Amino acid sequence: MPTATASQTIGPYWHILEDASWADLTRFGAAGERMTLTGAVLDGDGKPCADACVEIWQSDPPVSDSFPGFGRSNTDAKGEFRFLTVKPGPVPGRGNTQQAPHIAINVLSRGLMRGLVTRAYFAGEALNETDPLLMSVEDPARRATLVARPAGSAVWRLDIRLQGEGETVFLDV
Amino acid sequence: MHDPTPFRPYTPGTQPPYDVPGYMGTAKRHPKQALHPLPHTITETLGPVFTAGRFPASIDLTLNTTGRPALGERIIVAGTITDEAGRPVPHTMVEIWQANATGRYDHPADQHDAPLDPNFHGDGRVFTDEHGRYRFITVRPGAYPWPNHRNAWRPNHIHFSYFGPAFATRLITQMYFPGDPLLALDPIFNGVADAHARDRLIAAFDLDITEPDYALGYRFDVVLRGRAATPMEE
Repeated sequence: MPTATASQTIGPYWHILEDASWADLTRFGAAGERMTLTGAVLDGDGKPCADACVEIWQSDPPVSDSFPGFGRSNTDAKGEFRFLTVKPGPVPGRGNTQQAPHIAINVLSRGLMRGLVTRAYFAGEALNETDPLLMSVEDPARRATLVARPAGSAVWRLDIRLQGEGETVFLDV
Repeated sequence: MHDPTPFRPYTPGTQPPYDVPGYMGTAKRHPKQALHPLPHTITETLGPVFTAGRFPASIDLTLNTTGRPALGERIIVAGTITDEAGRPVPHTMVEIWQANATGRYDHPADQHDAPLDPNFHGDGRVFTDEHGRYRFITVRPGAYPWPNHRNAWRPNHIHFSYFGPAFATRLITQMYFPGDPLLALDPIFNGVADAHARDRLIAAFDLDITEPDYALGYRFDVVLRGRAATPMEE
Protein backbone atom coordinates (compact mmCIF):
# COMPACT_ATOMS: atom_id res chain seq x y z
CA MET A 1 0.00 0.00 0.00
CA PRO A 2 1.25 3.51 -0.73
CA THR A 3 2.10 5.68 2.24
CA ALA A 4 0.96 9.24 2.72
CA THR A 5 2.85 11.83 0.68
CA ALA A 6 5.64 13.56 2.61
CA SER A 7 5.11 16.99 4.12
CA GLN A 8 7.27 19.97 3.19
CA THR A 9 7.43 23.36 4.86
CA ILE A 10 4.78 25.96 4.06
CA GLY A 11 7.66 28.46 3.71
CA PRO A 12 7.56 32.24 4.17
CA TYR A 13 5.47 33.09 1.08
CA TRP A 14 2.21 31.27 1.81
CA HIS A 15 0.42 34.64 2.15
CA ILE A 16 0.10 34.58 -1.66
CA LEU A 17 -3.00 32.46 -1.12
CA GLU A 18 -4.19 34.23 2.03
CA ASP A 19 -7.75 35.46 2.32
CA ALA A 20 -7.78 37.48 5.55
CA SER A 21 -11.53 36.90 5.99
CA TRP A 22 -10.75 33.26 6.85
CA ALA A 23 -9.72 34.37 10.34
CA ASP A 24 -13.37 35.22 10.99
CA LEU A 25 -15.30 31.96 11.40
CA THR A 26 -18.47 33.94 12.06
CA ARG A 27 -18.49 35.62 8.64
CA PHE A 28 -21.24 33.37 7.30
CA GLY A 29 -23.55 34.33 10.15
CA ALA A 30 -22.95 31.59 12.70
CA ALA A 31 -25.20 31.55 15.72
CA GLY A 32 -23.70 31.12 19.17
CA GLU A 33 -21.48 32.84 21.67
CA ARG A 34 -18.86 34.87 19.82
CA MET A 35 -15.31 34.86 21.08
CA THR A 36 -11.82 35.85 20.01
CA LEU A 37 -8.87 33.48 20.18
CA THR A 38 -5.51 35.20 20.08
CA GLY A 39 -1.92 34.58 21.10
CA ALA A 40 1.64 34.77 19.88
CA VAL A 41 3.78 32.13 18.20
CA LEU A 42 7.27 32.33 19.72
CA ASP A 43 10.49 30.56 18.77
CA GLY A 44 13.17 28.99 20.97
CA ASP A 45 14.65 32.41 21.75
CA GLY A 46 11.22 33.78 22.69
CA LYS A 47 11.20 35.84 19.51
CA PRO A 48 7.96 36.24 17.58
CA CYS A 49 7.41 34.11 14.50
CA ALA A 50 6.06 36.80 12.21
CA ASP A 51 5.58 34.65 9.12
CA ALA A 52 3.53 31.77 10.54
CA CYS A 53 0.23 30.42 9.30
CA VAL A 54 -2.02 29.43 12.19
CA GLU A 55 -5.06 27.30 11.40
CA ILE A 56 -7.84 26.34 13.77
CA TRP A 57 -10.48 23.67 13.53
CA GLN A 58 -13.33 22.90 15.89
CA SER A 59 -15.71 19.96 15.77
CA ASP A 60 -18.31 21.96 17.67
CA PRO A 61 -20.53 23.67 16.70
CA PRO A 62 -20.88 21.25 13.76
CA VAL A 63 -19.90 22.49 10.32
CA SER A 64 -22.83 24.08 8.50
CA ASP A 65 -23.55 26.64 5.82
CA SER A 66 -23.22 29.31 8.48
CA PHE A 67 -20.16 27.93 10.31
CA PRO A 68 -17.03 26.62 8.48
CA GLY A 69 -15.38 25.24 11.62
CA PHE A 70 -12.00 26.10 10.08
CA GLY A 71 -10.02 29.31 10.16
CA ARG A 72 -6.62 30.60 9.11
CA SER A 73 -4.72 33.60 10.47
CA ASN A 74 -1.34 35.06 9.71
CA THR A 75 0.92 36.22 12.52
CA ASP A 76 1.94 39.86 12.79
CA ALA A 77 5.25 41.47 13.78
CA LYS A 78 4.59 40.40 17.39
CA GLY A 79 3.92 36.84 16.20
CA GLU A 80 0.24 37.25 17.04
CA PHE A 81 -2.66 35.47 15.42
CA ARG A 82 -6.30 36.41 15.97
CA PHE A 83 -9.52 34.54 15.22
CA LEU A 84 -13.14 35.46 15.69
CA THR A 85 -15.20 32.33 16.22
CA VAL A 86 -18.03 30.72 18.19
CA LYS A 87 -17.26 29.19 21.56
CA PRO A 88 -17.30 25.40 21.27
CA GLY A 89 -19.18 23.14 23.62
CA PRO A 90 -18.14 19.71 24.93
CA VAL A 91 -17.80 16.87 22.41
CA PRO A 92 -17.62 13.09 22.82
CA GLY A 93 -14.26 11.50 23.55
CA ARG A 94 -13.25 7.89 23.01
CA GLY A 95 -14.79 5.18 25.14
CA ASN A 96 -17.85 7.09 26.31
CA THR A 97 -15.79 9.92 27.76
CA GLN A 98 -16.54 13.56 27.28
CA GLN A 99 -14.00 16.11 26.08
CA ALA A 100 -13.92 19.60 27.49
CA PRO A 101 -14.58 22.41 25.00
CA HIS A 102 -11.49 22.93 22.83
CA ILE A 103 -10.23 24.28 19.55
CA ALA A 104 -7.60 22.38 17.55
CA ILE A 105 -4.65 24.44 16.31
CA ASN A 106 -2.20 23.67 13.50
CA VAL A 107 0.90 25.87 13.31
CA LEU A 108 2.65 26.01 9.95
CA SER A 109 5.66 28.17 9.13
CA ARG A 110 9.03 28.51 7.56
CA GLY A 111 11.31 26.29 9.62
CA LEU A 112 8.55 23.76 10.31
CA MET A 113 8.83 20.78 8.00
CA ARG A 114 5.38 19.66 9.17
CA GLY A 115 2.54 21.34 10.97
CA LEU A 116 2.59 21.38 14.76
CA VAL A 117 -0.78 20.49 16.25
CA THR A 118 -1.97 21.57 19.66
CA ARG A 119 -5.25 22.50 21.33
CA ALA A 120 -6.73 25.48 23.11
CA TYR A 121 -8.91 24.59 26.08
CA PHE A 122 -10.60 27.29 28.20
CA ALA A 123 -9.55 28.08 31.75
CA GLY A 124 -12.26 27.54 34.33
CA GLU A 125 -14.25 24.89 32.45
CA ALA A 126 -15.34 22.20 34.89
CA LEU A 127 -14.86 19.50 32.25
CA ASN A 128 -11.15 20.34 32.04
CA GLU A 129 -10.70 18.28 35.21
CA THR A 130 -11.85 15.10 33.47
CA ASP A 131 -10.78 15.75 29.88
CA PRO A 132 -8.86 12.68 28.63
CA LEU A 133 -6.12 14.66 26.88
CA LEU A 134 -5.59 17.16 29.69
CA MET A 135 -5.53 14.33 32.24
CA SER A 136 -2.90 12.50 30.16
CA VAL A 137 -0.43 15.39 30.48
CA GLU A 138 0.96 14.72 33.94
CA ASP A 139 3.07 17.85 34.48
CA PRO A 140 0.69 20.70 35.46
CA ALA A 141 3.01 23.29 33.92
CA ARG A 142 2.97 21.48 30.60
CA ARG A 143 -0.78 20.90 30.81
CA ALA A 144 -1.24 24.65 31.25
CA THR A 145 0.25 25.23 27.79
CA LEU A 146 -2.99 23.80 26.40
CA VAL A 147 -5.30 26.14 28.32
CA ALA A 148 -6.25 29.59 27.03
CA ARG A 149 -6.72 32.36 29.60
CA PRO A 150 -9.26 35.18 29.58
CA ALA A 151 -7.78 38.39 28.15
CA GLY A 152 -10.72 40.75 28.05
CA SER A 153 -14.40 40.43 27.30
CA ALA A 154 -14.91 37.26 25.24
CA VAL A 155 -11.20 37.24 24.39
CA TRP A 156 -9.08 34.16 25.09
CA ARG A 157 -5.32 34.10 24.81
CA LEU A 158 -2.96 31.18 24.28
CA ASP A 159 0.69 31.77 23.42
CA ILE A 160 2.41 28.99 21.50
CA ARG A 161 6.07 28.38 22.33
CA LEU A 162 7.68 26.20 19.69
CA GLN A 163 10.79 25.33 21.68
CA GLY A 164 12.50 25.58 25.04
CA GLU A 165 11.20 27.02 28.29
CA GLY A 166 7.43 26.77 28.47
CA GLU A 167 7.36 24.72 25.27
CA THR A 168 3.81 24.03 24.20
CA VAL A 169 2.55 20.45 24.31
CA PHE A 170 2.33 19.43 20.65
CA LEU A 171 0.21 16.46 19.74
CA ASP A 172 0.97 13.33 17.76
CA VAL A 173 -2.06 13.20 15.54
CA MET B 1 -21.66 5.44 20.75
CA HIS B 2 -18.97 3.92 18.49
CA ASP B 3 -15.53 5.47 18.65
CA PRO B 4 -14.48 7.10 15.38
CA THR B 5 -12.09 5.03 13.24
CA PRO B 6 -8.66 6.61 13.60
CA PHE B 7 -6.28 7.40 10.76
CA ARG B 8 -3.20 5.23 10.27
CA PRO B 9 -0.02 6.40 11.95
CA TYR B 10 2.55 7.75 9.51
CA THR B 11 5.03 5.18 8.26
CA PRO B 12 8.44 5.85 9.86
CA GLY B 13 10.87 7.74 7.64
CA THR B 14 8.23 8.89 5.18
CA GLN B 15 7.59 12.20 6.93
CA PRO B 16 10.35 14.70 7.72
CA PRO B 17 11.44 15.29 11.31
CA TYR B 18 11.02 18.74 12.84
CA ASP B 19 14.76 19.09 13.42
CA VAL B 20 16.61 19.19 10.10
CA PRO B 21 20.15 20.43 10.82
CA GLY B 22 20.81 21.39 7.20
CA TYR B 23 17.72 23.63 7.15
CA MET B 24 18.64 26.56 9.36
CA GLY B 25 15.07 27.69 9.86
CA THR B 26 14.30 24.59 11.90
CA ALA B 27 16.97 25.35 14.56
CA LYS B 28 14.82 27.59 16.77
CA ARG B 29 11.43 26.34 15.67
CA HIS B 30 11.50 22.59 16.31
CA PRO B 31 10.09 21.32 19.60
CA LYS B 32 12.58 19.58 21.90
CA GLN B 33 9.92 17.51 23.64
CA ALA B 34 8.40 14.45 22.01
CA LEU B 35 4.95 14.85 20.53
CA HIS B 36 2.26 13.89 23.04
CA PRO B 37 0.10 10.94 21.98
CA LEU B 38 -3.53 11.65 21.18
CA PRO B 39 -5.88 8.81 20.20
CA HIS B 40 -8.10 10.26 17.48
CA THR B 41 -11.41 11.74 18.55
CA ILE B 42 -14.01 13.42 16.38
CA THR B 43 -11.87 16.56 16.51
CA GLU B 44 -9.25 14.68 14.49
CA THR B 45 -11.51 12.48 12.34
CA LEU B 46 -13.89 15.21 11.19
CA GLY B 47 -12.79 18.18 9.14
CA PRO B 48 -13.79 21.26 7.23
CA VAL B 49 -15.82 21.03 4.03
CA PHE B 50 -14.92 23.39 1.20
CA THR B 51 -17.20 23.66 -1.78
CA ALA B 52 -16.52 25.32 -5.11
CA GLY B 53 -19.73 27.27 -4.64
CA ARG B 54 -18.34 29.17 -1.69
CA PHE B 55 -14.63 28.89 -2.53
CA PRO B 56 -14.50 29.31 -6.30
CA ALA B 57 -11.92 27.34 -8.23
CA SER B 58 -9.21 29.20 -10.11
CA ILE B 59 -7.52 26.68 -12.37
CA ASP B 60 -5.47 28.83 -14.76
CA LEU B 61 -2.71 30.68 -12.92
CA THR B 62 -1.43 32.05 -16.26
CA LEU B 63 -4.59 34.10 -16.71
CA ASN B 64 -6.15 34.60 -13.26
CA THR B 65 -4.31 37.77 -12.24
CA THR B 66 -5.16 40.39 -14.88
CA GLY B 67 -6.59 38.30 -17.68
CA ARG B 68 -3.44 38.93 -19.72
CA PRO B 69 -1.10 35.95 -20.07
CA ALA B 70 1.75 35.48 -17.62
CA LEU B 71 5.26 35.17 -19.01
CA GLY B 72 7.14 31.89 -18.83
CA GLU B 73 6.86 28.30 -19.93
CA ARG B 74 3.20 27.32 -19.66
CA ILE B 75 2.66 23.90 -18.10
CA ILE B 76 -0.25 21.68 -17.12
CA VAL B 77 -0.11 19.84 -13.79
CA ALA B 78 -2.57 17.01 -13.21
CA GLY B 79 -2.88 13.95 -11.05
CA THR B 80 -4.97 11.89 -8.72
CA ILE B 81 -5.41 12.17 -4.98
CA THR B 82 -5.98 8.87 -3.24
CA ASP B 83 -5.86 7.61 0.32
CA GLU B 84 -3.44 4.96 1.59
CA ALA B 85 -5.85 2.22 0.52
CA GLY B 86 -5.80 3.54 -3.06
CA ARG B 87 -9.31 4.98 -2.89
CA PRO B 88 -9.81 8.31 -4.67
CA VAL B 89 -10.35 11.38 -2.52
CA PRO B 90 -13.23 13.11 -4.32
CA HIS B 91 -14.29 16.76 -4.20
CA THR B 92 -11.44 17.91 -2.00
CA MET B 93 -9.93 21.36 -2.21
CA VAL B 94 -6.32 21.86 -3.33
CA GLU B 95 -4.57 25.19 -2.87
CA ILE B 96 -1.55 26.12 -4.99
CA TRP B 97 1.02 28.90 -4.76
CA GLN B 98 4.38 29.48 -6.39
CA ALA B 99 7.09 31.82 -7.65
CA ASN B 100 6.84 33.23 -11.15
CA ALA B 101 8.95 32.10 -14.09
CA THR B 102 11.90 34.25 -12.98
CA GLY B 103 11.98 32.73 -9.50
CA ARG B 104 10.30 35.66 -7.73
CA TYR B 105 7.27 35.50 -5.47
CA ASP B 106 4.70 38.28 -5.67
CA HIS B 107 5.23 38.81 -1.94
CA PRO B 108 6.72 41.78 -0.05
CA ALA B 109 9.17 39.56 1.83
CA ASP B 110 10.75 38.29 -1.39
CA GLN B 111 13.53 40.71 -2.30
CA HIS B 112 15.29 38.51 -4.85
CA ASP B 113 16.56 40.65 -7.71
CA ALA B 114 14.43 39.02 -10.39
CA PRO B 115 11.53 40.71 -12.15
CA LEU B 116 7.94 40.46 -11.00
CA ASP B 117 5.36 39.68 -13.65
CA PRO B 118 2.36 42.00 -13.30
CA ASN B 119 0.24 39.28 -14.87
CA PHE B 120 1.20 36.53 -12.43
CA HIS B 121 0.29 36.51 -8.75
CA GLY B 122 0.87 32.77 -8.39
CA ASP B 123 -2.16 31.44 -6.54
CA GLY B 124 -4.68 28.84 -7.61
CA ARG B 125 -7.42 26.63 -6.19
CA VAL B 126 -8.82 23.43 -7.65
CA PHE B 127 -11.12 20.64 -6.52
CA THR B 128 -10.77 16.96 -7.31
CA ASP B 129 -13.56 15.34 -9.31
CA GLU B 130 -15.45 12.22 -8.22
CA HIS B 131 -12.42 10.10 -9.21
CA GLY B 132 -9.97 12.17 -7.17
CA ARG B 133 -8.50 13.80 -10.28
CA TYR B 134 -7.36 17.42 -10.47
CA ARG B 135 -5.73 19.59 -13.14
CA PHE B 136 -4.49 23.16 -13.40
CA ILE B 137 -2.46 25.38 -15.71
CA THR B 138 0.47 27.52 -14.64
CA VAL B 139 3.97 28.58 -15.65
CA ARG B 140 7.03 26.63 -14.64
CA PRO B 141 8.40 28.43 -11.56
CA GLY B 142 12.03 29.56 -11.60
CA ALA B 143 14.72 28.54 -9.13
CA TYR B 144 15.72 31.21 -6.62
CA PRO B 145 18.42 31.85 -4.03
CA TRP B 146 17.69 31.68 -0.31
CA PRO B 147 19.84 32.59 2.68
CA ASN B 148 20.15 29.11 4.22
CA HIS B 149 23.85 28.70 3.36
CA ARG B 150 26.33 30.10 0.90
CA ASN B 151 25.07 29.88 -2.69
CA ALA B 152 21.88 28.10 -1.63
CA TRP B 153 19.19 27.79 -4.31
CA ARG B 154 15.75 26.26 -4.01
CA PRO B 155 14.94 23.79 -6.77
CA ASN B 156 11.98 24.68 -8.98
CA HIS B 157 8.87 23.87 -6.98
CA ILE B 158 5.15 24.46 -6.59
CA HIS B 159 3.56 24.64 -3.12
CA PHE B 160 0.42 22.60 -2.43
CA SER B 161 -2.10 22.53 0.40
CA TYR B 162 -4.51 19.61 0.80
CA PHE B 163 -7.35 19.05 3.23
CA GLY B 164 -8.82 15.61 2.62
CA PRO B 165 -11.74 14.40 4.75
CA ALA B 166 -10.41 15.17 8.24
CA PHE B 167 -8.29 17.47 10.37
CA ALA B 168 -5.86 14.52 10.58
CA THR B 169 -5.43 14.39 6.78
CA ARG B 170 -4.20 17.98 6.38
CA LEU B 171 -1.06 18.08 4.23
CA ILE B 172 1.22 20.86 3.01
CA THR B 173 3.92 19.87 0.55
CA GLN B 174 5.97 20.94 -2.45
CA MET B 175 6.10 19.45 -5.95
CA TYR B 176 9.45 19.31 -7.68
CA PHE B 177 10.47 18.77 -11.32
CA PRO B 178 12.30 15.76 -12.76
CA GLY B 179 15.99 16.08 -13.50
CA ASP B 180 16.56 19.19 -11.37
CA PRO B 181 20.25 19.26 -10.32
CA LEU B 182 19.35 21.36 -7.26
CA LEU B 183 17.34 18.55 -5.67
CA ALA B 184 20.46 16.75 -4.44
CA LEU B 185 21.57 19.95 -2.68
CA ASP B 186 18.26 21.00 -1.13
CA PRO B 187 17.91 20.44 2.64
CA ILE B 188 14.12 20.77 2.56
CA PHE B 189 13.65 18.08 -0.09
CA ASN B 190 16.31 15.91 1.57
CA GLY B 191 14.67 16.38 4.97
CA VAL B 192 12.60 13.31 4.08
CA ALA B 193 14.76 10.33 5.01
CA ASP B 194 13.02 7.67 2.94
CA ALA B 195 14.31 7.91 -0.64
CA HIS B 196 11.13 6.53 -2.16
CA ALA B 197 8.94 8.93 -0.20
CA ARG B 198 11.23 11.78 -1.26
CA ASP B 199 11.16 10.84 -4.93
CA ARG B 200 7.37 10.81 -4.89
CA LEU B 201 7.58 14.61 -4.43
CA ILE B 202 9.01 14.83 -7.97
CA ALA B 203 6.40 15.16 -10.70
CA ALA B 204 6.69 13.03 -13.84
CA PHE B 205 6.67 14.43 -17.36
CA ASP B 206 3.55 12.98 -18.99
CA LEU B 207 2.85 13.09 -22.71
CA ASP B 208 -0.80 12.23 -22.10
CA ILE B 209 -1.23 15.38 -20.00
CA THR B 210 0.80 17.42 -22.52
CA GLU B 211 -1.41 19.24 -25.01
CA PRO B 212 -0.23 19.70 -28.62
CA ASP B 213 0.78 23.26 -29.50
CA TYR B 214 -0.15 24.39 -25.98
CA ALA B 215 1.79 23.15 -22.95
CA LEU B 216 3.91 20.38 -21.46
CA GLY B 217 2.17 18.20 -18.90
CA TYR B 218 3.36 16.90 -15.54
CA ARG B 219 1.75 14.26 -13.37
CA PHE B 220 1.77 14.69 -9.60
CA ASP B 221 -0.17 12.04 -7.71
CA VAL B 222 -0.68 12.52 -4.00
CA VAL B 223 -1.62 10.12 -1.21
CA LEU B 224 -3.41 11.39 1.88
CA ARG B 225 -3.60 9.43 5.10
CA GLY B 226 -6.10 6.61 5.18
CA ARG B 227 -8.13 5.13 7.98
CA ALA B 228 -6.75 2.34 10.08
CA ALA B 229 -8.31 -1.04 9.39
CA THR B 230 -12.01 -0.83 10.11
CA PRO B 231 -12.90 -2.83 13.23
CA MET B 232 -15.20 -5.83 12.72
CA GLU B 233 -18.84 -4.91 12.80
CA GLU B 234 -20.35 -5.82 16.11
